[in-house]
Amino acid sequence: MRDLQNEHHMKALGLQVAAAGYDRQGVADHANNLATKIRNNLTNSMKALGVDILTGVGSILGPHKVQYGKLDSPGNIVTAKDIIIATGSVPFVPKGIEVDGKTVITSDHALKLESVPDWIAIVGSGYIGLEFSDVYTALGSEVTFIEALDQLMPGFDPEIGKLAQRVLINPRKIDYHTGVFATKITPAKNGKPVTIELIDAKTKEPKDILEVDAALIATGRAPFTDGLGLDSVHVERKRGFVPVDERMRVLDFKGDPVPHLYCIGDANGKMMLAHAASAQGISVVEQLTGRDHVLNHLSIPAACFTHPEISMVGLTEPQAREKAEKEGFEVSVAKTSFKANTKALAENEGEGLAKLIYRPDNGEILGVHIFGLHAADLIHEASNAIALGTRIQDIKLAVHAHPTLSEVIDELFKSAKVKAHASGPIVNEPVAV
Amino acid sequence: MASSPFLSQIPINNKTISFSSSLSPAFPFPPSTLSRRKRNPNALRVQAKIREIFMPALSSTMTEGKIVSWIKSEGDVLSKGESVVVVESDKADMDVETFYDGILAAIVVPEGETAPVGAPIGLLAETEEEIAEAKAKAASKAGGSSSPATPISPPATSTPVPAAISQPPPAPAAPEGPRKTTATPFAKKLAKQHKVDINKVVGTGPYGRITPADVEAAAGIAVSKPSVSPASPAAAAAPVKPVASSSAPPPLPGSNVVPFTSMQAAVSKNMVESLSVPTFRVGYPLTSDALDALYEKVKPKGVTMTALLAKAAAMALVQHPVVNASCKDGKSFTYNSNINIAVAVAINGGLITPVLQDADKLDLYLLSKKWKELVEKARAKQLQPQDYNSGTFTLSNLGMFGVDRFDAILPPGQARGYHGCWSIKTNCGG
Repeated sequence: MRDLQNEHHMKALGLQVAAAGYDRQGVADHANNLATKIRNNLTNSMKALGVDILTGVGSILGPHKVQYGKLDSPGNIVTAKDIIIATGSVPFVPKGIEVDGKTVITSDHALKLESVPDWIAIVGSGYIGLEFSDVYTALGSEVTFIEALDQLMPGFDPEIGKLAQRVLINPRKIDYHTGVFATKITPAKNGKPVTIELIDAKTKEPKDILEVDAALIATGRAPFTDGLGLDSVHVERKRGFVPVDERMRVLDFKGDPVPHLYCIGDANGKMMLAHAASAQGISVVEQLTGRDHVLNHLSIPAACFTHPEISMVGLTEPQAREKAEKEGFEVSVAKTSFKANTKALAENEGEGLAKLIYRPDNGEILGVHIFGLHAADLIHEASNAIALGTRIQDIKLAVHAHPTLSEVIDELFKSAKVKAHASGPIVNEPVAV
Repeated sequence: MASSPFLSQIPINNKTISFSSSLSPAFPFPPSTLSRRKRNPNALRVQAKIREIFMPALSSTMTEGKIVSWIKSEGDVLSKGESVVVVESDKADMDVETFYDGILAAIVVPEGETAPVGAPIGLLAETEEEIAEAKAKAASKAGGSSSPATPISPPATSTPVPAAISQPPPAPAAPEGPRKTTATPFAKKLAKQHKVDINKVVGTGPYGRITPADVEAAAGIAVSKPSVSPASPAAAAAPVKPVASSSAPPPLPGSNVVPFTSMQAAVSKNMVESLSVPTFRVGYPLTSDALDALYEKVKPKGVTMTALLAKAAAMALVQHPVVNASCKDGKSFTYNSNINIAVAVAINGGLITPVLQDADKLDLYLLSKKWKELVEKARAKQLQPQDYNSGTFTLSNLGMFGVDRFDAILPPGQARGYHGCWSIKTNCGG
């Protein structure tokens, strides 16, 4: 929608597009149908693999024993050799915020897109809030961010965050309030708009009152772990999260792993991303089938699906420098702009930055951050390298097709200055052709 | 990165550059600062200065730079080391820091504009009093108030929408008491861009909020293209509705306005509707000797030229039925089973097209008789609807007025029926 209406962009490409419009219901239906389709595909896949699906609320009765059934009724009891908790999370709604599902919504409601408000306030400027601001501004809404910390997009590498702000926020119909909490949000009723009371995050003094058409609460996700019966195995939750070790084994209050009990995904809070949950699940299954496995979370990439996309793997620059100081090594940074990439220029999407944080002494990759077209796809070269322990000097001579966006990553590797020389082949002998 | 002896304080791995001393080797100190110093050589206290912020040279080959965005705005307090503006170089965009504390008094070069290296792009005042002075300086530099940079407005639709004539903002009914003004994010951005005091704008949005349109009206800008809104399912190739003329030119003095009669109104409406119908015109010279001879023969028997033409048309249509067809929906032909020739006839105060039904089936004499009847009825305003609605092909003849060419106007309701337009010139060369 945003591309079609970007007259300037189209003209530069030599295209003319008549008035682009959208049908809200159509957009909403597409999203919902997609969700349903994927859910059905998943269910069918599981059935095809011979998985039995028992529906109900589950809780642990003791080692190897699980009870499931409708809420508050006795239900059935099953036994199992190993138990994996994967109950996930729900949107977290801070105290004082009244959600009515229509004018004050969470991401769950927003995905249904029941309406497109003229002016929506988004509480929280992390990747969820950012993605929704991208959607709403493309559909014509104006957005106000409410962020408790002093910086927008606090979780991102600061340099990327600054550029992202310049591209994703400043030119769009978005403004923001930082360093404030929304203490009270009242839904719209009786002809009054949604009111949001803001207080200073540090001094707690009242700061402002906003009157908007809708508010989206994007302050994070809370683990869904009530009623799991963890007491029966002497496990204490930490702020709702189930404590686990690096092998995803659930730890009891003494810190010892509970045998045959694992927890993966959002419920353990280690890395609240879908693919991280999958990876953790795979790690557990490897262990259950006799192969020990420890998942390296630093090799798991993350992406923010705005336009242009943001992606990252590993440490941010401040984190890398902090580690460097503690452990006594040097940190270098290589950067390249998408403006230098032929494919990006051809698409007239030269706005973007890629950044490689590495150790110049041994060529270890500490982190890669990308902001630009298809960033979410491009990151995997870097995340693979980190997962395999590949050093820059070993990967810099690899060839990338031209013209592709992957040359941005190539440029990063090639411009890095590493003192160590390329070591011999790590795993297999490369075949000379 | 150009190095300069004056910037030795900058750490090497810091990619930002301070700018307030020029990096170009041409002049070591900004001339204005020099002259200020000369003016007050004996001042004991430090004179507050207005410093110029220069376009830095971000590479040795850079000759001019483009301002990508101003991180700070006019009136913002700056502290040494803070990023103030982003400048585009050929390699990347660089944040430029301020070397001094102060207040950004004026932006000389706005976002999106370019300036040569070393040229002042902004003014930094040390104290609040200097801001006015700095602004005046900026104004004289720019030669008048800075024109708003190309609005970084979000993409708008590309259909040409007539610009609504912006009305002067209605006399604001002053809000009672100290009401808080709420303005939408885009309204705030526009206010900043067009230098409109947002607190003075009257809000017309829901709950009294200030909308972007309010700000634009206050700034005196005609509201241009509409922002995104869900489009209703577009009608495919719908005929253009008669466009009501919005701003008609005022009547000339001494003129008299007379409203249309209903006949005139109908004719006008039909004429406008006919504009939406695709037309194709072709002319073909004929020698009408044979026609003339025939006419001489049958004239005494009461056959008019009209009847002759109608009959000729009808017979041609028998052989080319597609010309007798109509297209009502833009997608298909509707072949008519009858050939009904409608002929335009002038009646008192207007025009009507009585129809000769089944003109191919009637002989010339019957056709003439029928035609006479129809004309009489038309003149007496006694035509029945089927007498004038059922035409599949229309004929207009203005030959009796000495006209030798004209374009007929298709009557509506014939749903894009084809029609012929002939002009017959008598005595055409032989």
